[in-house]
Amino acid sequence: MNNLKDKVAIVGLGWTRFSTNSGVSVKNLALESCKNAIDDAGLTVKDVDGIATYNIGDSVSPYVVATGLGLPELRWNIEYFAGANGATSTLLTAACAIIGGLADTVLVFRAMNGRTGTRLGGAGMSLNTTGIEQYCVPYGLTTFPQAVAMVARRHMIKYGTTSHQMGAVALTCRENAILNERAVVRSPLSIEDHQNSKMIVDPLRLYDCCQETDGACAVLITSADRAKDLRHSPVYLMSGTHGAGWQSGEFFGKTTAFWPEWDELSETYARTMASELYGKAGITSKDVDVAELYDCFTIEPIVQLEDFGFCEKGEGGAFVESGAVRRDGHLPMNTHGGLLSEGYIHGFNHVLEGASQLRGDAGARQIKDAEIALVTGYCGPVANAVILRR
Amino acid sequence: MSMVYDTEHPVPIPPIIWDNMGYWEGINRHELVFQRCKECGTWRHPPRPVCPKCRSFEKEWTPSTGKGAVYSWVTYQESPHPGFKAPYSVVLLEMEEGVRLVSNMVDIKPEEISIGMPVEVVFEDIAEGLTLPKFRKVG
Repeated sequence: MNNLKDKVAIVGLGWTRFSTNSGVSVKNLALESCKNAIDDAGLTVKDVDGIATYNIGDSVSPYVVATGLGLPELRWNIEYFAGANGATSTLLTAACAIIGGLADTVLVFRAMNGRTGTRLGGAGMSLNTTGIEQYCVPYGLTTFPQAVAMVARRHMIKYGTTSHQMGAVALTCRENAILNERAVVRSPLSIEDHQNSKMIVDPLRLYDCCQETDGACAVLITSADRAKDLRHSPVYLMSGTHGAGWQSGEFFGKTTAFWPEWDELSETYARTMASELYGKAGITSKDVDVAELYDCFTIEPIVQLEDFGFCEKGEGGAFVESGAVRRDGHLPMNTHGGLLSEGYIHGFNHVLEGASQLRGDAGARQIKDAEIALVTGYCGPVANAVILRR
Repeated sequence: MSMVYDTEHPVPIPPIIWDNMGYWEGINRHELVFQRCKECGTWRHPPRPVCPKCRSFEKEWTPSTGKGAVYSWVTYQESPHPGFKAPYSVVLLEMEEGVRLVSNMVDIKPEEISIGMPVEVVFEDIAEGLTLPKFRKVG
């Protein structure tokens, strides 16, 4: 069986400032994060011959970055119209391009003015009934938080998951963000703060929802051979998966997403694909040292902890509440503060945090002896994740 | 309590294209219909050109019993859009035919909605050219 294990490595990391008002264009953010990733690797634009990105029409294309940074030649590129099913899968696709010989060294980035530009949560969007939206928008289901609230409700009814347990996810992330200078929110958060925060869409409260953030981040990847001689110790891609289960629904419309066909809302396709993800990496869930789990809303990491095999189905809420995923627990989670507190760069900031932890340069938030990281994007009827190692 | 729409911010009328024509034609004559595969009898919704079970493109618009049960629901205390007056709930229903449908309940408070609650269809004329299937509690 073909396997991409350890054939490609992350060699450069680049961030912009994360904020709620960048004061610059998305193009500026994209170029800055990409230049920072190249500089971090100790390479130049002449070494880069591929670019990959994902967006929902709120960002810039690979051609914009290639032209802006003055790449001599763009041998391969892809722009994936995607929600956070692109968060790790865009990296995975770029790695496959390197293995297939389409490019040698590829920038992968996500850039967005997620607060001052297009707000992915759906606030401020006009009503649209052209696509699959015609089956939900006329009834007031217009935003992504509502779709995820449907999931949370199912999980609460089926397994007894509580709002307190979802609050424990928010608190865990905030504790980590306090140690992270890049995080957009660093003030302490208590369970009372969570419980007293206003209901956005019942059962999701304000602090169950991630930040809306302006910013960008990028990684530079190349072949394992080339990676050996560069500035930082390489972070190898062990495995990755990206797909959808039986009757996942069409998932994305133009303005929102929903998946009424998906058989059981409280389960994700990760339940099916995790065995392939771990199997191709040659590990089990017990070998994972840090987990950067997509946390658009607090219910999402709870479901993922179950479906990626860290606890039994239905026990994700209790698992988080036990402290297992805090930085001193046995599975530190969202060590940068996650989308809930570091900021929402559509999940791509999880990839950089995973790589940073494995390089050992995460500063005050460094988890000791982190060797293997699981990084996930959005998981529902669709799912995507990668496993990285140092 | 039922969903209250603000006519200043009307819901756009879904454009009728080939795939959805029978569905909205049914709604407009106050009949809830779903696609059913002519070959293997599998129901499906939202409408699509082909059966995911047997791959047949032959289908017919078949009347639903209009009965189902609440599978999940959410409630907005503050509206995300001026077109809808808060508070309001959106329900995800499982119909007797096995398909799921997003809708609203009528004549019920959000806190009275529960999982498994049996419901039946009613039709609401929202605006000129837009009728929607809504649901009320049975019994």
